[in-house]
Amino acid sequence: MLAIYNLLHYQFALEVKRKAALGGLALYLCGSGFIAYLCFSLHRNQLTPLVWSALFWLIVLFTAISAIAKSFVGEKRGLDVYLYALASPQQIIIAKMIYNFCLSAALGIGALFLFFLLLGNPITSSFPFFLGLLLTCLGLATSLTLLAAIAARADHASILMPVLGFPITISLLLLAIKITKNCIDGLGFESCQDELLTLVAINCMAGATGYVLFPYIWRS
Amino acid sequence: MKFAWWKWLTIALLIYTIAGGFLFAVPRLHIVNETIRALYFHVPMWFGMIFLFLTSTVYSIRYLRKPSLQQDVVAVSFAQLGMLFGLLGIVTGMIWANYTWGSPWHGDPKQNGAAIALLVYMAYFVLRGSVQNEEQRARLSAVYNIFAFVAMIPLIFVIPRMTSSMHPGSGGNPGFNMYDLDNRMRLVFYPAVAGWTLLGVWIATLRIRIAQLESEHA
Repeated sequence: MLAIYNLLHYQFALEVKRKAALGGLALYLCGSGFIAYLCFSLHRNQLTPLVWSALFWLIVLFTAISAIAKSFVGEKRGLDVYLYALASPQQIIIAKMIYNFCLSAALGIGALFLFFLLLGNPITSSFPFFLGLLLTCLGLATSLTLLAAIAARADHASILMPVLGFPITISLLLLAIKITKNCIDGLGFESCQDELLTLVAINCMAGATGYVLFPYIWRS
Repeated sequence: MKFAWWKWLTIALLIYTIAGGFLFAVPRLHIVNETIRALYFHVPMWFGMIFLFLTSTVYSIRYLRKPSLQQDVVAVSFAQLGMLFGLLGIVTGMIWANYTWGSPWHGDPKQNGAAIALLVYMAYFVLRGSVQNEEQRARLSAVYNIFAFVAMIPLIFVIPRMTSSMHPGSGGNPGFNMYDLDNRMRLVFYPAVAGWTLLGVWIATLRIRIAQLESEHA
């Protein structure tokens, strides 16, 4: 437990120190949100709620993938060995997952505010939507962390990450889009219950498989 | 090498499937009509695909427990065959949909789920192609293979069942929904599943032998 806390502390400290990476992600988010705004500023009435949700989830997915991809890529060569000596692989993957969840949730919430500001707010039941957003970010963090570790050890990490990540995350996105649609229609919490529970189940599954499989990658 | 008994069984089952599938009586249903015979050729592809991917996953797990390139070759060969079965399943489904739904691609949840599942496995082959070191490749792809199989479960077994669909066997289990299946069709359907799956295993074993011979002579 203490090791996980220390690793998390180290991750956050590192992130605060390397402001460029975090700033880059924020800019990525703002840039893509602004492009979406400019594209639809010509015809505001073309931006139906469903287009809003498609744009929103696409931007969340892309930012989350580029954020999580660097969780193993950006590190220096010797750092792996140092961490290897300090903590068990299980502790490392859990710390990375928690950290990636915080990062992608922050980006998701940031995207939400950006969309409210620029593209309006079609969501009528906000509580289930917000819960769905958090669960989707958790799912992205749990499933993409392992893939980031795989991609970092292959030759073309930057191309490989989206190739591996997109198909795996589609099931999360399908559920998220369904929840968003129900929330746009204002159907309330009961209508999203099945989808939210399935999201929880997928998160548990992805987290557990990542936890079991990560030591095999880490060893190399 | 001796011709194993199950290979004779495969040949017999498939001859029976093709002959029985085209000639035996089937229930007359509106719209579906004779296309109901697609059941003998389309549905077994998915049964076969799941079985082949499962075998591939099992060998990936065995690789991680006790690394040897032999296990890796088996895992890849079965994944390739699963991929082939998935493609055939999609193509046969599209032919069927063209006659019953009016267009080959209808955006049905089951079609989309199947297409995404194939994308997941295409990524597996891309991953294998982008790692040079043999052992590194075997280990990374084994990890991804296990993860991909787990990620495929909600895509194929859960989400299509949560949404309404025009696919036959909807509102229940699309694979095992045999409660409303005509008894005459069962006589061909079950042997068809066994026959096609065995054919997949047969081709996979041939591929494994080719890969072994190539690595011996390399």
